[in-house]
Amino acid sequence: MQRMMFGPLLFFLFFGNPLKDNVQLFTNESNQQLSVGSGLRLPAGFSATVMADSVGKARHIIINKNGVIYVKLSKLLNGKGILRLQDSNSDGIIDNITGFGNYIGTGITIKNGYLYASSNAEVFRYKLDSNEEVISPDEPEKIITGLINGRQHNTKSLALDNNGNIYVNIGSPSNSCQEIDRGVGSKGKDPCPVLDSAGGIWQFKADKLNQTYKDGVRYATGLRNVMGLKWNEEVNELFVVQHGRDQLDMFPEFFTPQQNAVIPAEEMFMVKKGDDCGWPYCYFDVQQNKKVLAPEYGGDGKKTTRCEGVVQPIVAFPAHMAPNDLLFYTGNMFPAKYKNGAFVAFHGSWNRSPEKQEGYYVVFVPFKDGKPNAAWEVFADGFSGVETVMSPRQAQHRPCGLAMGPDGALYVTDDVKGKIYKITYQGN
Amino acid sequence: MKRIFFLIPVASIVLIGMTTQQIDKKVMDRGKKVYSQYCSPCHQADGSGVPGLNPPLEKTTHVLGNKSSLIKIILKGLNTHEEINGETYNNVMAPHNHLTDQQISDVLTYVRNSFGNKASLITVAEVKSVRAKTK
Ligand code: HEC
Repeated sequence: MQRMMFGPLLFFLFFGNPLKDNVQLFTNESNQQLSVGSGLRLPAGFSATVMADSVGKARHIIINKNGVIYVKLSKLLNGKGILRLQDSNSDGIIDNITGFGNYIGTGITIKNGYLYASSNAEVFRYKLDSNEEVISPDEPEKIITGLINGRQHNTKSLALDNNGNIYVNIGSPSNSCQEIDRGVGSKGKDPCPVLDSAGGIWQFKADKLNQTYKDGVRYATGLRNVMGLKWNEEVNELFVVQHGRDQLDMFPEFFTPQQNAVIPAEEMFMVKKGDDCGWPYCYFDVQQNKKVLAPEYGGDGKKTTRCEGVVQPIVAFPAHMAPNDLLFYTGNMFPAKYKNGAFVAFHGSWNRSPEKQEGYYVVFVPFKDGKPNAAWEVFADGFSGVETVMSPRQAQHRPCGLAMGPDGALYVTDDVKGKIYKITYQGN
Repeated sequence: MKRIFFLIPVASIVLIGMTTQQIDKKVMDRGKKVYSQYCSPCHQADGSGVPGLNPPLEKTTHVLGNKSSLIKIILKGLNTHEEINGETYNNVMAPHNHLTDQQISDVLTYVRNSFGNKASLITVAEVKSVRAKTK
């Protein structure tokens, strides 16, 4: 696995970087506490360490049963698009980094003896041995090919059920299906033609090679772009978190920039086969707490025509925060309240000016029997390293991917500097 | 600016007008207004852009370079995803041909003299002429 190529990176890890100073200390007794070293603020009893740094544009992440980490990169690092990270002496710091896969992308997961990973147009899988190690890193099976890769919203998040199916997000290659994408006052195409091949979740077979659209099923539609995509094992259903629409103020007769900054929700759905979640015709207005007709389709911020039948979100988060991953906590390390609840990694907004940007944190949504049963709360904050993010480049780190380790620890990737955070619970 | 102009021949007025960094405050104020409404959602108030999505407008070849191609970007939008200082950007920029010649001249003059940029102003006549050729 071409370990040599990562020489410079390892050098950095050991000599250039104060990772050894990752002391886990709490500074005070308040609810959110600073975990020294990681810079994160966490609820009491939790702490975070940085296991790796500078591993590139680290997107989604999955951990095998022995704690070996696989990370998908959206930019090649030393020619590799997937990293295998190992803490071989169990000191909490990654000391062994190798890579494989010559394609960029975001999606990666493990199911039934295979590692699945996606480029922005295809899905591959790699057979794992009994230790859940990739057997032939240079010989993946291509299971899905030819998916729309429109640059905007082109990442292909992955999830698998227990019936041999794989679910793939195919994001819409536009904001709101306008005649002129993101054009001031431009009308929506009606019907939106791209919905037959994007703007939804497609279901394919997990073990069949070279599938294309004709082999897949459009499982759910009307989803602008889903990065958080997970099969919930407790209730055996698919859950998604959508990146909601941008730029309502392209229609200044109805929306001010301030209204655009706060109105269109980031929505979490439980989706069933055949569901339509409304994009591009409808968006969820967090102030009116309902689906509203989009201005591209004749909406004025109040009309709800066309939106009555569409699937309602189970959680509506504040606008533009960019939910990049979803994880149901099934481990035993965290306190009971976290069991089967959802963590969502918010990459952070860009479309809220003139207001300050929002997000750049990981939230927790308590669940009972597959349904949210209390308000969501910020779980891990402080990634950005600054008090206020006015423009996204000010953020030093942005949470992107989530995974749970075999011990129940929560792992978070950062795709700005390439940090891998590990969050554990020790109690008070 | 007026005081300097007052003392020198007309020929140098043009020359200085093209190279001086002291752009009329009124032009900058008008340009900033256009920028805040139509550009800053994507390129951000400080011109820093959005990593991976919208490019920064700080000292880039497009911003500081050829005026006609810069005017053309505003009129026709951009969807080429070429590398800008080693990074590519996945969003699209829609045509902004709904802006008047005056607005485009103001906003580009503002951009070329903000965010650490220093470059000559862009006149209404220049925008008009590029618009006429860009149909
Ligand atoms: C919807 C978001 C959006 C809006 C609004 C927008 N732009 Fe852009 N702009 C972009 C994107 C994305 C690119 C790069 C497109 C590409 O790479 O193909 C770009 C490219 C540019 C470039 C060339 C690249 C560079 O960095 O030098 C300039 C100059 C520019 N925009 C100026 C403006 C100005 C001035 C306005 C307001 C009148 C504006 N843009 C409005 C998204 C936007």
